[in-house]
Amino acid sequence: MDFQLPDYNVWQMLPEIVLFVWALAVIVFDLGTKRKTGSAVGYFAMLGLVVSGIALAIVGHGRGFGNMFFNDSLAVFFKVIFLGAAFMTIGSSFGITKEKIVNHRGEYFGLLLFSTVGMMFLASASELITLYIGLELTTIPLFVLAAFFKDDKKSVEAGIKYLVVGALSSAFLLYGLSFLYGLTGTTDILQMRFNLAAGQLSTGGDIGVILIVAIIALLAGVGFKLALPPFHQWVPDVYEGAPTPITAFLSVGSKAAGLVAFIKIFVLGLYAYYEPFMAPNDWGMLTGALAVGAMILGNVVAIRQKNIKRMLAYSSIAHAGYIMIGMLSMNELGLASVGFYMFGYLFTNMGAFALIAHFEDKTGSCEIKDYAGLSKSSPFAAMSLTIFLLSLTGIPPLVGFFGKYYVFAAAIKLAGSGPGYDWIYWIVGVALITSVIALYYYANVIRTMYFIKNDAPVKLVFSAPALSMVVIGLIGVFLVGLNPEPFIQFASGIPFTAGFILP
Amino acid sequence: MTEHAYLIPLLPLFAFVMVVFFLRWKEPLAAGFSIAMILCTWVMSIWVLIETLARHGEPYEFFFYITSFASLNFEIGILVDPLTAMMLIVVTTVGSCVQIYSLGYMKGDPKFSRFFAYLSLFCFSMLGLVLANNFFMIFIFWELVGLTSYLLIGFWSEKKVAADAGKKAFITTRIGDLGFIVGLLLVAAYCGTFNYGEVFDKIGAGVMPLGVLTMAAIFLFCGAVGKSAQFPLHVWLPDAMEGPTPVSALIHAATMVAAGVYLVARFMNVFIGSADASMVVAVIGIITSVLAASIALVQNDIKRVLAYSTVSQLGYMIMALGLYGYDTAQGHHSAGYVAGTLHLMTHAFFKGLLFLGAGSVIHAVHTNDIQEMGGLFRKMKATSITFMIASLSIAGIFPLSGFWSKDEIVVATSHHPIFMVLTLTVAFMTAFYMWRLCFLTFFGEPRDAERYEHAHESPKSMTGPLIVLGVLSVVAGWVALPWLHHGFSSFVYHGEVHHAGPNYLLMLISTVVAVSGIVLAWLVYHKKAISADALAEKFRPIHTLLYNKYYFDELYDLILIRPILAFGRFWWSFDARVVDGMVNGTGRATILWSDLKEWFDVHIVDGAVNGCGWVVNQAASKLKYLQTGAVQFYALFMLLMIVAVALFKFEMTRVATTWPVLTAIFFSGVVLLGLLVRQTANKKKTADVLESDK
Repeated sequence: MDFQLPDYNVWQMLPEIVLFVWALAVIVFDLGTKRKTGSAVGYFAMLGLVVSGIALAIVGHGRGFGNMFFNDSLAVFFKVIFLGAAFMTIGSSFGITKEKIVNHRGEYFGLLLFSTVGMMFLASASELITLYIGLELTTIPLFVLAAFFKDDKKSVEAGIKYLVVGALSSAFLLYGLSFLYGLTGTTDILQMRFNLAAGQLSTGGDIGVILIVAIIALLAGVGFKLALPPFHQWVPDVYEGAPTPITAFLSVGSKAAGLVAFIKIFVLGLYAYYEPFMAPNDWGMLTGALAVGAMILGNVVAIRQKNIKRMLAYSSIAHAGYIMIGMLSMNELGLASVGFYMFGYLFTNMGAFALIAHFEDKTGSCEIKDYAGLSKSSPFAAMSLTIFLLSLTGIPPLVGFFGKYYVFAAAIKLAGSGPGYDWIYWIVGVALITSVIALYYYANVIRTMYFIKNDAPVKLVFSAPALSMVVIGLIGVFLVGLNPEPFIQFASGIPFTAGFILP
Repeated sequence: MTEHAYLIPLLPLFAFVMVVFFLRWKEPLAAGFSIAMILCTWVMSIWVLIETLARHGEPYEFFFYITSFASLNFEIGILVDPLTAMMLIVVTTVGSCVQIYSLGYMKGDPKFSRFFAYLSLFCFSMLGLVLANNFFMIFIFWELVGLTSYLLIGFWSEKKVAADAGKKAFITTRIGDLGFIVGLLLVAAYCGTFNYGEVFDKIGAGVMPLGVLTMAAIFLFCGAVGKSAQFPLHVWLPDAMEGPTPVSALIHAATMVAAGVYLVARFMNVFIGSADASMVVAVIGIITSVLAASIALVQNDIKRVLAYSTVSQLGYMIMALGLYGYDTAQGHHSAGYVAGTLHLMTHAFFKGLLFLGAGSVIHAVHTNDIQEMGGLFRKMKATSITFMIASLSIAGIFPLSGFWSKDEIVVATSHHPIFMVLTLTVAFMTAFYMWRLCFLTFFGEPRDAERYEHAHESPKSMTGPLIVLGVLSVVAGWVALPWLHHGFSSFVYHGEVHHAGPNYLLMLISTVVAVSGIVLAWLVYHKKAISADALAEKFRPIHTLLYNKYYFDELYDLILIRPILAFGRFWWSFDARVVDGMVNGTGRATILWSDLKEWFDVHIVDGAVNGCGWVVNQAASKLKYLQTGAVQFYALFMLLMIVAVALFKFEMTRVATTWPVLTAIFFSGVVLLGLLVRQTANKKKTADVLESDK
């Protein structure tokens, strides 16, 4: 047998290696200065993300470790999102690291970087084991981070809940992966679908029950990360209890990681999932049903929330539904729209959470009613939060509008492609109606800020990092919203990622 | 600078945002910021004009694509050509003057900052309208100026007449806009693009059949009819005078109402394609002009006279452009295009000045009725002199700016004798009613002694803009001196440069007409050689007809508004009973559902949580166990859901049923179990509480 050593090409992993070493350095730096570093360690961690980003730009596209590690358009696009999310999370963490977690700054920032490294591995993984390890490296630091206020019952509760449910979902994922391996005899994602197709052909196109079980177990595992109902129950509790910047990171970074895992497993691996002759399109219908569930549940329950973090948790569930609409329309526009949506969501949600985190630092409150009168005392903060919430609703010309527009356009395009796809119109209809419901609870916050009198409104004095994060968010929301063309171009690369062939 | 011309509309927008969000509470700062921004745009506009002159009028276009939909490209862009450069100067000059003037005029108004915010928003919209490079954008800005006009007419919304006038203006112009959007869509449907240049090229290449082109042109003209208050949609403009006077000057005299004229000039390529459409434009223009001028003869409200005068002058411009389109379609040369656009500019200056002067007078005597004024010349020198300069200018007296532009219009009618006669008649009436206004207001004995006593000259911030506009009313027309071969007609033109030499005969005729109008006014209202009352008595039916504005409002009320209201009332009752019932029902259902979800969360989910905790830990009465129980419930729920989804999938593919019965049974089983557990837990809890109470 002719055995060849794979081409290692470690060079391709440069961004991850840099960030990993940097994470260790952050911890050592904090310890070495006897934990007296103040904000410096945070800035140091941000610098690490920037350096990793530069490394990412230098490395470019390519592959390493045989076929196990790809730097394709998909990976690069999502790595940018991960780095951006981590950057903005750290930027809005200075408040809590100054006041609350004085003795563990190094660990806090270090763990955040480790989690980011995990996401980046996940984005590059082209093989099930690597993918699983990436996912675990993403999640485990987040368990710790969610429980980081160890004297705060809610935070600890959040950490524990996240850990237990996360472990369970991880188990399901592994379960599903093992079935997949059993069915196909390979862990190589790109090879998998050919083996699967061969197996399917030999049984005359019959889908095995095992494959159903495997897919649903995988759906549960990935759905947990995506906060997709019915695997969403941890979301409100954990979002509410976790430190606010971590909540932001969960809602953007972790969700994007789940999205990558979804694309890797279901689109690249189980290509058959969308192959008409093997799987009738009710697989797509199942995804659609989950999306409808997410949009209805998220938007309806959000109406009654009094805590803004909890409200955004349900809103995040709803957004998972919108993303799934783009996901199930597997045309050229589909994956691009999903990437664009996530890109816009990065700026919008991180910006909103930066403000909420800052508000919480100053007042200790996340109750919506405490935002009353903010427009008088801090007009900039009120205006920015208004803009972020309007973008989340999807009001043009903000980026949220174009995110939704492209996702819906992709779905409509698929719906028009054949008589079997009529049900997609219904899903888009539900999406439009729930978007209107969404306006209700977002506008409620705006109403509170602008129209409800408050005798002693809080005056927010921005610290430099908090202000920068808000401004970055605003710039992103407007820049991408007013000029979406280059960004949709960037996202259009995703469908032409390694091994993906359009159906 | 031209490549940064997009900043010109953005600066007032910036001022609007700043005033609304940050400066609202500091009034002087709000006004100052707004004025500073409009002055910046003024400087930039002059710069753009100079650069455009230096480019010999070569158009500059810059745009980028936003997105494309159904093979139509939506773009944002600017187009700077001579017409745009001229409009920029007009809008920013009058805009600056009006904003400075408002400092004095609106002083002490409780909504002072809001007024400046609206003015800035208007300037943004208007500048965006003139800079737009495509039909799509111009429509957006077109609607935006309509919105700001509505906001500003109804600015004193506590007055019912003002609020009503705002609504009337909004609804009437909307009727025109409906036509506009139909025309716009027709053009887009045939040409497949919104961009001016591409559309005009395609029309030139003949992609639109003549009939469709005529229809599209007339529909597009509907927009202009609404916005420029042309017959039969002219009724809103006089009522719009309920707004603050600076608003009347800026929006309802100088800029927004001229947008209709700008629109016709901008889309001239569409109109020259169809002689019929152009003739419709010209006829509507002259009808409006004659109607409005005759109404203005007998009105007593100073601002209404000016409003009808505006309508009449806009009719002039529209007519000139229409005749240009007609003559060009027939292959003749015509001065109409140059005349229309030149009159647009000079009219903006002198009519803006007239309104600001009227505002100054109203500010002094607190009435609009010219019958209660008189003799104000002695008290208000600056206002009177500038007002009279503007009156001379609009009457068309050599060598003021109005003379040159009006003369051009008369030249434009030279192929059409009927038009020429009517044009000269309107010129005569204009001279008469303007000087009737002047004599009644500024000369003679004061007819209301008390008001006269309290009259005083307005503050410097108000007279300053008057003087600036006064100078412009004199000199602005000189750019088009017929002896000047590289003047206005070689800069703003359509098609080929066509330079007509001076026509001394027409100049003489129009001067005689204007002077005789003024002399008649002098005889009637100053010398009292002819009694105005006797004249009115002699022509009683005509006077009544004119005084009541040809009964247009009553006519519309009878044939349109009442039927529509009756129809509306029917639908209102339908709405109130059926639609509202449905909407409210939906709203209630949503809230109810939300409540249900909450109830579900609180009772069933939490109940199940509590129950599971009890089942697993055998200690449901202790809260801390409930907390750990929750996660187990989450896990359990997840597991149950996976089973449910798998069951669903299995049923659909293997059992191949239409309805997932098994899944439904399973699901209801889960819910029932949850309820049961919850019940038990509650009973146990109550028992425990009773126990501890003992």
